[in-house]
Amino acid sequence: MTSAIKGPVVIVGGGHNGLVCASYLAMAGRQVQILEARDTIGGGASTTSFAPGYSVSGLAHILHSLNPKVCKDLKLSSAGVSRGAAIDTIALDKGGQHLTLRANAVSGDGLSQSDIDAYTDFKEEFRRYARALEPLLMNKPPRLKDMDRKDKFTLAKLGWSLRFGLGASSMREFLRVGGINIYDVLNEVFDSPLLKGVIAVDAVMGNHMGPRTPTTVLTYLNRLWGESHCPQSIPPGGMGQVTKALAEVAGKAGVSIRTGTKVAQILVEEGRATGVQLESGERIDAGLVISNADAKTTFLDLVGAPQLDAMFAKRIHTTRTEGNVAKLHLAMSALPGIDGLSTEQLGQRLLIAPDMRYVEHAFNHAKYGEYSQQPVLEITIPSIADPSLAPAGHHVMSISASFAPYSLRAGWDKHHTVFADLIIALIEEYAPGFSAGIVARELLTPVDIETQYNITGGHWHHGEMTIDQSFMMRPVHGTAQYDTPISGLFLCGAAAHPGGGVTGVPGHNAAKRILAMGGGL
Amino acid sequence: MGSQPRQQAGEHDFRQVLQPSPFHARVEEHNLVKNWMSWNGYQTARTYDTLASEYFAIRSSCSVMDMTPMEKYRITGPDALKFLNRLVTRDISGLKPNRVTYVVWCNDDGKVLDDGTIFHLNSGEYRLCSQHHQLDWLLISSLGMDVTIEEETHEVAAISVQGPTACSVLVAAGFTDLSELKPFSISHTLLNGFEVMISRTGYTGDLGYELWVDPGNALALWDAVFGVAQRGLYDVRAIGLGALEMVRIEAGFIMPGDDFNTAEVTVRAGHDRSPFEVGLGWLVNFDKPHFTGKQALLREKNQPIKRRLVKLSVEGNKAPADSFLYDSKKGRRIGTVKVHTWSPILKANLATADIEYRNGVAPAQIWAEIYYQKELEWQATWAQCTVSTEPFWSHPRRLTTPPERY
Repeated sequence: MTSAIKGPVVIVGGGHNGLVCASYLAMAGRQVQILEARDTIGGGASTTSFAPGYSVSGLAHILHSLNPKVCKDLKLSSAGVSRGAAIDTIALDKGGQHLTLRANAVSGDGLSQSDIDAYTDFKEEFRRYARALEPLLMNKPPRLKDMDRKDKFTLAKLGWSLRFGLGASSMREFLRVGGINIYDVLNEVFDSPLLKGVIAVDAVMGNHMGPRTPTTVLTYLNRLWGESHCPQSIPPGGMGQVTKALAEVAGKAGVSIRTGTKVAQILVEEGRATGVQLESGERIDAGLVISNADAKTTFLDLVGAPQLDAMFAKRIHTTRTEGNVAKLHLAMSALPGIDGLSTEQLGQRLLIAPDMRYVEHAFNHAKYGEYSQQPVLEITIPSIADPSLAPAGHHVMSISASFAPYSLRAGWDKHHTVFADLIIALIEEYAPGFSAGIVARELLTPVDIETQYNITGGHWHHGEMTIDQSFMMRPVHGTAQYDTPISGLFLCGAAAHPGGGVTGVPGHNAAKRILAMGGGL
Repeated sequence: MGSQPRQQAGEHDFRQVLQPSPFHARVEEHNLVKNWMSWNGYQTARTYDTLASEYFAIRSSCSVMDMTPMEKYRITGPDALKFLNRLVTRDISGLKPNRVTYVVWCNDDGKVLDDGTIFHLNSGEYRLCSQHHQLDWLLISSLGMDVTIEEETHEVAAISVQGPTACSVLVAAGFTDLSELKPFSISHTLLNGFEVMISRTGYTGDLGYELWVDPGNALALWDAVFGVAQRGLYDVRAIGLGALEMVRIEAGFIMPGDDFNTAEVTVRAGHDRSPFEVGLGWLVNFDKPHFTGKQALLREKNQPIKRRLVKLSVEGNKAPADSFLYDSKKGRRIGTVKVHTWSPILKANLATADIEYRNGVAPAQIWAEIYYQKELEWQATWAQCTVSTEPFWSHPRRLTTPPERY
């Protein structure tokens, strides 16, 4: 079965999932070549220099969900990958009454004892729910029609995990909250508006969602699943160090990697992928083509709708892939001063989300094609832990700002500068005088992300992580088990189950699926 | 007569349940029994006079039917051919200008959405005619292609002139150079100063033509054709959908939606049908670029066929309306009759039926259980059925060029 594959494997896109998938296949004896359009490997998880001497993680800037099985299988720690020290989440308060959130505990002046206790219980309970879903996440999502033995096993494991893993009362509670919104749940559990605000951020960030959006509990669980085995950290050298290590692992396994090599077309003959055509005109024949690109890029741009059945192409076309987060990079001559925070604390994950209403209001703008007038900010200053990212004594700040809709009604051209100014002014409210130290800046709107990173809509997760685009419907049914309607063509990126985040899981699952199918033939 | 002014497209008056066709003034005049029905939202005659006289007009002289309500779409643009070839199962890349071909199209699962005809009007410009509304599906299918799709159902008026004397009647009406027009060919001509497109096409299995004009010239066209009868040259008779149903069953033509459920409106699993199952396997060409449903149909082709729409000749003269079909008298139930007719010209009891094939094999015998009334008393009987692979009626003059003149 394993010898069934003929010809080399070509992977379109060298993001972390492409690298993970390539490594698994190479370790199983396949001849694999990765073609990456950008000049650096890593895609959304790479380190980029945005001003002379200043570097920062390009898109993703916090490692919080890298899968332990992937790390173990690929021996990532011996490949020299450093995750960096675990960091806390600090919820900023203008009055200086900041909160410090860890996996199991929260602290802060002005927090009631009942909130402190409730936080520990809440996190423990919700992490159990997240872990209960694990059988579903580490396997190909089962098809509901024409299940194979593996699909039935996955569903049985999931059922067992929910019923007996959780126990009767937890399962009842899980079923109650699973489909509702994080706003209601947090209001049931906590009193502190700031605490509720920052927890809600974890349920909505990267998606077109506010705290009151139904199923935000599920997106929160997805985030927690990562946290349950990967403490959040800022890798020294930026996210690019992680993907560089992955590329080394892949290289050692025999994978060849070409950067600056943009694929223009996936070649299809008689319903079968036969290779790729590069933008340069070069043609590379392959026995198997695996796409790390998002589903729209893969099917509509690289394969082309006419090669597909009409309704399948239409369903891919209608998936929601408009990004909602902008990325602001600041080069600074000095550290900002935030009342009540030490330098060490400034190196943690800082959130501006004073309460859930604030987050919901920020989202309201996005619903109508506007950017938030008061955005939700996730701020890191990676140069505190790794001074090599900036010239001596200088620093870099990396900010994810929500919400910044891809389809801005007024157009991003005119509002690029305005939005960056607005973010800086907001931070200024917490760190008075900090903007005087800004040496250089770079704003990436979802439109910029789309152009620079070749991700449709500039969407963090290659498509909304909502329930209608998850599991056996990710990206759409008919290609939710990594194989596609085109034989010999597979998906291995965040567009596939279980979706976005620097997890490596889609790459892992895709490789397993390809090998189980005898190499895809 | 002519009591309602013709409406422009998009000017539908909500108080008017059925829309009058551009021929309505004349249709209403000819319609003695006022037996109306709705076809695609148009007020359409089921019968004008008696079914028998209309039927024999088609089979023995010349019939005229208002076919304006048929769905019509204009397909243009650089990718028009590519679009159509991806839509339908047949390879139409060789369809020359002024030629027509019969096609069927499927959804992703290879189940039939509709059938119809493609007219290659001018180089790169096409008209697609279909039974059912297809605009949604056409737009869905146009993703990623440079093609313009316009519905022109209401912008083109059409009549179908069918029967042994159809050519003679049209020549007498002023269409002088008609005799060289081959089956499935199109000609553009002028009649009394207005443009008429004529295609040698039809739904009767006999000699016949379809005439397409601007709605503004509809009445003039009608009058020119019926003028032949008024001058006492040939009999010309308006026919309704009732007579058409009889002759199309004789001719072995299928009607999606009546003979089988179309995929778009099928809710229950297994109630839709593939081209192979409705006897249109000959329209499926796997040696052409990708078309919607290709993979599903390839998979199906390699499996034994599960069921077939078949043409049945039923013994006796009892109408097998909605009859169950069995593999022997009182045996296992294997199917149902979908449509049926008594064929006056063949003196035969005909039906189209959906039959289960076991392991891809047709049943050795088919028996119909027929319920019928005798002076309001219900009776039951059994009738043996014979499958016909050929149309019951297909006259050689349908394909002869030039057609015989009478």
